[in-house]
Amino acid sequence: MRGPILFAIMAALIVLVGESQSWNTALNIVNMGLISAIMALGVNMQWGYAGLFNIGVMGFVALGGLGCVLVSMPPTGEAWAAGGARVLLALAVGAGAIGAAILTWRKMPRGRLRGAAVAVVLIAGFLLFRYLFDPAVEAIEAVNPAQTGYLGGLGLPVIVAWPVGGLLAAGAAWIVGKTALGLRSDYLAIATLGIAEIIIAVLKNEDWLDRGVKNVIGVPRPVPYEIDLQQSASFVDWMQRWGFDPVVGSSIVVKLAYAGLFLAVLLILIWLMEMALKSPWGRMMRAIRDNETAAEAMGKNVTRRHLQIFILGSAVCGLAGAMMTTLDGQLTPGAYQPLRFTFLIWVMVIVGGSGSNWGSALGGMMIWFFWVEAEPIGKAMMDLITYPMADGSWLKGHLLDSVQHMRLLAMGLVLLLALRFAPRGLLPGR
Amino acid sequence: MDLLNAIVAVLNYVFIPAASYGAQLALGALGVTLIYGILRFSNFAHGDTMAFGAMVTILVTWGLQAAGVSLGPLPTALLALPFGIAATILLVLLTDRAVYRFYRRQKAAPVVFVIASMGVMFVLNGIVRFIIGVNDQNFSDGERFIISARTFKTMTGLNEALVLKTSQALTLVTAGIAVALLFWFLNRTRTGKSMRAYSDNEDLALLSGINPERVVIYTWMIVAALATTAGVLYGLDKSFKPFTYFQLLLPIFASAIVGGLGNPLGAIAGGFLIAFSEIGVVYAWKKVLGYLAPEGWEPDGLVQLLSTDYKFAVSFAILIIVLLFKPTGLFKGKSV
Repeated sequence: MRGPILFAIMAALIVLVGESQSWNTALNIVNMGLISAIMALGVNMQWGYAGLFNIGVMGFVALGGLGCVLVSMPPTGEAWAAGGARVLLALAVGAGAIGAAILTWRKMPRGRLRGAAVAVVLIAGFLLFRYLFDPAVEAIEAVNPAQTGYLGGLGLPVIVAWPVGGLLAAGAAWIVGKTALGLRSDYLAIATLGIAEIIIAVLKNEDWLDRGVKNVIGVPRPVPYEIDLQQSASFVDWMQRWGFDPVVGSSIVVKLAYAGLFLAVLLILIWLMEMALKSPWGRMMRAIRDNETAAEAMGKNVTRRHLQIFILGSAVCGLAGAMMTTLDGQLTPGAYQPLRFTFLIWVMVIVGGSGSNWGSALGGMMIWFFWVEAEPIGKAMMDLITYPMADGSWLKGHLLDSVQHMRLLAMGLVLLLALRFAPRGLLPGR
Repeated sequence: MDLLNAIVAVLNYVFIPAASYGAQLALGALGVTLIYGILRFSNFAHGDTMAFGAMVTILVTWGLQAAGVSLGPLPTALLALPFGIAATILLVLLTDRAVYRFYRRQKAAPVVFVIASMGVMFVLNGIVRFIIGVNDQNFSDGERFIISARTFKTMTGLNEALVLKTSQALTLVTAGIAVALLFWFLNRTRTGKSMRAYSDNEDLALLSGINPERVVIYTWMIVAALATTAGVLYGLDKSFKPFTYFQLLLPIFASAIVGGLGNPLGAIAGGFLIAFSEIGVVYAWKKVLGYLAPEGWEPDGLVQLLSTDYKFAVSFAILIIVLLFKPTGLFKGKSV
């Protein structure tokens, strides 16, 4: 009974914002809340099902966003002619060098010679890579740098980008998981923290790939544009019949369309996960989580299962990242902050209920709601606190300016309190 | 002459910066490794503890500067450092009391401690940003250089200059003193010995009558002192910006893991290893090779292995290599 009540409270809060502030704000919260819920689902798969501690969510989310750019933006023909093939060749050479190094390590007998051979392969591969890569990048970035200066994407519909974003994230997860899983839990945490920083650094600096900090704008939409709706006579007619202003109505309709898409994805994911948890696979995952030694003694390969669930969870985060970039209509690598995209998601999972899919989804919606609304609430509180102070005093100005930092503090307190007094969350898992 | 120029250039651009950065990382990693050894979890709030200590020190420094107190050629921040350490000790003891002690009594899994430390990190981050803001703060004063570019050039007649900033020399000296004190404490005093005993074998230590709460309190106090010192030195050397302290978490953890978590000597070695590789890989070697290469063979490009923005990739790569080949670290660390 607890679940429906909490979801009803959540809906009531949204309606309250819709009525008291504006429906546009309310729907914005709903849309990002749904995306946050999907991210929380991904983290919950890793943490709730397997006890894996991933603090690189930001990186996987950003890779999803990159997926959007690579799939849905129109290709830049000139840039491809200038150096597209050479960049691809360089990347292939780089990957080949790493593969060759691994092969050398496996095939050669132990000894000093082996280490030296691997080093030679890696250094030669690196030099060849840079020799091929640098001129190509220069050529690509020289093509109309103000507008493009990058390779562009494939020009496919943006919905296709969502699973592709998931795949990219899964690939990165495979690399991290392969090295850090099977060791202590903290090592995975540090490794994910590192890969996230590196992914963001790549997105910020590799202009040929995604224009770096110049941002890619105008990512295509899966839903109609407001301006097209406003110019379509039938839409205006329809709106007027219901007594709405077509301009306001168009933006509401677009947001509702997004909300419908996101909700569909969220529900499908939850359904899939619930089914998986009921299957023999789900029982095995629970057995591994509850007692790794016993599961291992029963002949289950714990590290392999951990790798599997780690990749799946990261893919879900990547999917959510692609959806977020679609909603924003742009990829802004500078906007990815670990506190917002990694640690906030963790607060959602812990507060919502680790191990419970519905719980994490609820936590995602609810924490996102308070993250957004903390600003007006905090401001109102701070106005009240500073009310007796003299206008123009230094302290008053400082306090009012610092309101935005209060929400970090508030979220930290929420996390600590939830962990201590309700460690199983709002909707505990079984 | 060219050889001398090359050596001076390497010293100036690689060796000195890397040595002082390495000392800062080592101090940070010592804190992480001590917490790991005694309290048995990875403290993700460590970067923000450093930021908090540095912030208090900066505020006191500003107060001293306003009052006209100064240390002459040395930065005033040195006078303010004890106040910063005291405030940080209070803070970490408070967080231990309010947050970690509960889980210790429950004998919770290490990962629960880690999540709790994430919450503490959030709170500290909020406090630091709330009090001092997110911008760069400059608080170094006193003599900027011990050896400036011009004096060195006129003294030696070389093309290349060797610059030694006060903050760099100060970092090395302070770090040396701090490490010496720490090892003296751990190896020679009763409390230090009980800390090591507790870290090696908790049950045996309890049986021989060591009070665990006392050990934990001493550990936090030492960690607070190390973290504040590291934070202030880093701030003096570069500049103070709350977010960079969060980003330092990755190289600090990499140093601690590379050296073997729980092993203080390893943390120091790891800090220098990470710092030297980071700076060596992102430095453009063109100038040095230009001096060394025979006439006409000078390189055209910058000979920079990776651009500066990828310096995190270096600590990450070293971390991965160590995890793949020697998961317990170069020196023997713990593994729980």
